[in-house]
Amino acid sequence: MSDLLTSEPEAAPPSPAIRRAKRRLPLLGRVGAVIVAFWLLMAVFGQAVAPYEVGKVVDMDVFTPITAAFPLGTDYLGRDMLSRILVGTRYTVGVALLATLLASGGGLLLGTCAAVWGGWIDAVISRLLDTLVSIPSKMFALVIVAAFGSAVPVLVAMAAFIYLPGAYRIARVLAVDLNAMDFVLVARARGEKTRYIVREELLPNMTGPVLADFGLRFVFIVLLLSGLSFLGFGIQPPQADWGSLVRENIGGLPEGAPAVLMPALAIATLTIGVNLLIDNLGGLRRRTGRTE
Amino acid sequence: MTALLEVSGLTIVAQGDDGQDVPIVQDVGFSLGRGEVLALIGESGSGKTTIALSLMGYARAGCRIAGGRIRLGETEVLSLTAAGLRDLRGRRVSYVAQSAAAGFNPSRTIMDQVVEGAAIHGTASRARAEAAAIELFRALALPEPEAVGARYPHQVSGGQLQRLMAAMAMITEPDLIILDEPTTALDVTTQIEVLRAFKKVVRSRGATAVYVSHDLAVVAQIADHILVLRNGRMQETGTTRHLLAAPAHPYTKSLLAAAAPVARSGTMASPLPEIPVLAVRGLVAGYGAIGADGMPAIPALHDVAFTIRKGSALGVIGESGCGKSTLARVIAGLLPLASGSVELNGVPLPPSIAQRTPDQLRRLQIVFQMADTALNPAHDIRRILGRPLTLFHGAKRGELDRRVRRLLDLVQLPARVLDSVPGELSGGQKQRVNLARALAAEPELILCDEVTSALDTVVGAAILDLMDELRRDLGVSYMFISHDLHTVRAVCDEVMVLYAGRMVEFGDRASAVTAPWHPYSELLISSIPELRPGWLEEATAGRVQGVESAATGPRPACAFFPRCGMRIEGVCDREAAPQRHLGKGATIACHRTEEELLTRPPIRAMT
Repeated sequence: MSDLLTSEPEAAPPSPAIRRAKRRLPLLGRVGAVIVAFWLLMAVFGQAVAPYEVGKVVDMDVFTPITAAFPLGTDYLGRDMLSRILVGTRYTVGVALLATLLASGGGLLLGTCAAVWGGWIDAVISRLLDTLVSIPSKMFALVIVAAFGSAVPVLVAMAAFIYLPGAYRIARVLAVDLNAMDFVLVARARGEKTRYIVREELLPNMTGPVLADFGLRFVFIVLLLSGLSFLGFGIQPPQADWGSLVRENIGGLPEGAPAVLMPALAIATLTIGVNLLIDNLGGLRRRTGRTE
Repeated sequence: MTALLEVSGLTIVAQGDDGQDVPIVQDVGFSLGRGEVLALIGESGSGKTTIALSLMGYARAGCRIAGGRIRLGETEVLSLTAAGLRDLRGRRVSYVAQSAAAGFNPSRTIMDQVVEGAAIHGTASRARAEAAAIELFRALALPEPEAVGARYPHQVSGGQLQRLMAAMAMITEPDLIILDEPTTALDVTTQIEVLRAFKKVVRSRGATAVYVSHDLAVVAQIADHILVLRNGRMQETGTTRHLLAAPAHPYTKSLLAAAAPVARSGTMASPLPEIPVLAVRGLVAGYGAIGADGMPAIPALHDVAFTIRKGSALGVIGESGCGKSTLARVIAGLLPLASGSVELNGVPLPPSIAQRTPDQLRRLQIVFQMADTALNPAHDIRRILGRPLTLFHGAKRGELDRRVRRLLDLVQLPARVLDSVPGELSGGQKQRVNLARALAAEPELILCDEVTSALDTVVGAAILDLMDELRRDLGVSYMFISHDLHTVRAVCDEVMVLYAGRMVEFGDRASAVTAPWHPYSELLISSIPELRPGWLEEATAGRVQGVESAATGPRPACAFFPRCGMRIEGVCDREAAPQRHLGKGATIACHRTEEELLTRPPIRAMT
């Protein structure tokens, strides 16, 4: 069938200027990038920019609405909400990011190994991780926390462990497809080592879907951790992540206190921001140009 | 009498990356009387499919019909509402796509899908539509016309599916049928059957059709008028006979020239007996586990043996599934062989890549058919060509850059493509890069797997010229795999014909065009469309019919037995065919003697 958009059979490649224009991040992607960058900065510098000390009761009133002194109101003990959210960023973003890196990284590694080596290695890894998938994740998380407590490293390891099989599935299926492509066969026929094939031939072609999956997984982990905190099994007082902030202040819900809405809003902006960024990253990568 | 279809000033634009409209079809006009067949011919990107789709008032995503008129009967197609278009499509204009396999829903029976058009448009009751469908199946020479409708799409062959799709298009008795490259994806031997079925049905029912193709020889058989397109503009139009006999436009002339390739340079091999570059002996290979008898579960190659001399080219031809790609993979070490040996320069090659030395790997390169999938889309051309240079020759920086540029020179690509990724190049350019990567290793033998099959005729001819030049300049040998005898004859010194994994004929280039042939070679040769109207009728007179469904019962000793026009019952199906040396210098595997093959031209003798 004819290629619709190739006007010349031997058309000249587009000039570098045109190509650069195509590689600019779309507007929504930039919005996402700004949101994500903001929360990442807060995760690092939140403590420093917080207007009040995090655990200090600064207001005699509880569930204060938005005022000049307390831009996001105060919580159920009269502590400044803005400070508590900013400091909590470290736990929510930090723990989730670390866990997502571990889950996606581990999944990617195992997935490509399984795809490239195939045979019984593939079978063993796949069946082991299938077993893991069959355990309900919230239940599993509760069991782990009950057994090992809720120290930060435990939370990170647990979240990574729960979300690794999904990342593995995605990475494996991508790598299996690519591994059957002719350019990989050519590399094999050239005598390339497995390491080269994985690093140079497979991984560069997997970045798009893997990144999209990374974003999704990050959001899931934020929600899992927030959920755990909301149940009281996550980050323990006096520290608080966004999930525990929602739980602490649930009593303010009937009066519409910002103390309960703002941490929820923070979770929402982070998840939306990450997804906007990831979804629009495709525009950054060069087009791989299927003409049909 | 006024024409049934009248198109004038048709202009279709696509939206470019910068938001500007880019015209892809400009000012095209033609008219077509009832019962006539018009062919739209041109290469990829010439706008032929775009025009064909516009006849249904449709433009693909990102495209827009910007101007012109399309009149079908009394209807102005371009001013129809959405509801009007729905009534038009599938009822008055129907479409047969290139890939029937993708056009059928695998989870419903064929009959359900064939009569669907009649049901949607309410042209006939289910029972009447089914009866009409069975009539069509019969007219299209489908085996078991009453029963085929109950099957699922994967249960019939590709050629049959293509004919079933035509039945689907004709069930509502449309005014106009659009056939979009309906035989391009088929083997020559299947194409001829499908083509004949189409022609018979179109003629007997007086259907009006627009036939889209890039193949002039195919079009010559079926069309009354030809419209030559290039870059969305009309180049030339006329009756088939006139256009083929006296093409006026230079582009038409170049298309005609490319359709009948001339033999490139003669053999470069020295006549002295010497160690061949490649010697294959008693090769058996296939897929699946190797059984106790040393045969793989699904054998693809049986006892294949041949040699390739230095600087010469061997052509391997056969239809899909005959094992020709498997052969290349076994030689390249990508697939283990079950028994036999492969020798490079007299030294046996270990069966798997891991056991081969880097030098052995360097001497033997493989080039795949689809440049789209053979080049890593994430790497730029500099990196694609640079890798084998670093790996095999240890080239670095300045040296590397110099050699990459020289490679681009060799395959006649401009240096500015260096920083492009494959997605930014055209099909022909990609295939050149694909070839350049193999040359980077400075190999002695290149295995070319259908390197021109995915390309337009004119671009493919340019690649063949290039390969021939490289052979002369660099002295490399080729094993050239193709399903197209024309191509093989044009570039190869020797030709090997494979059928069902067995070698049925081996001879030099001259012998490929000289009688007598093995009956299968003859079938292949006579199936290649020729550039003259009326060839189809001559070629198909008295062929063995319905062979596609004949694969039941015990496997005959000669795999070609069910399709053979010269078979000897009781001999060919029982005893393995002996090797026979023919006077023309070729070897065939057949029970028939040379005299029998000569005196009884098998294909025409069957009537």
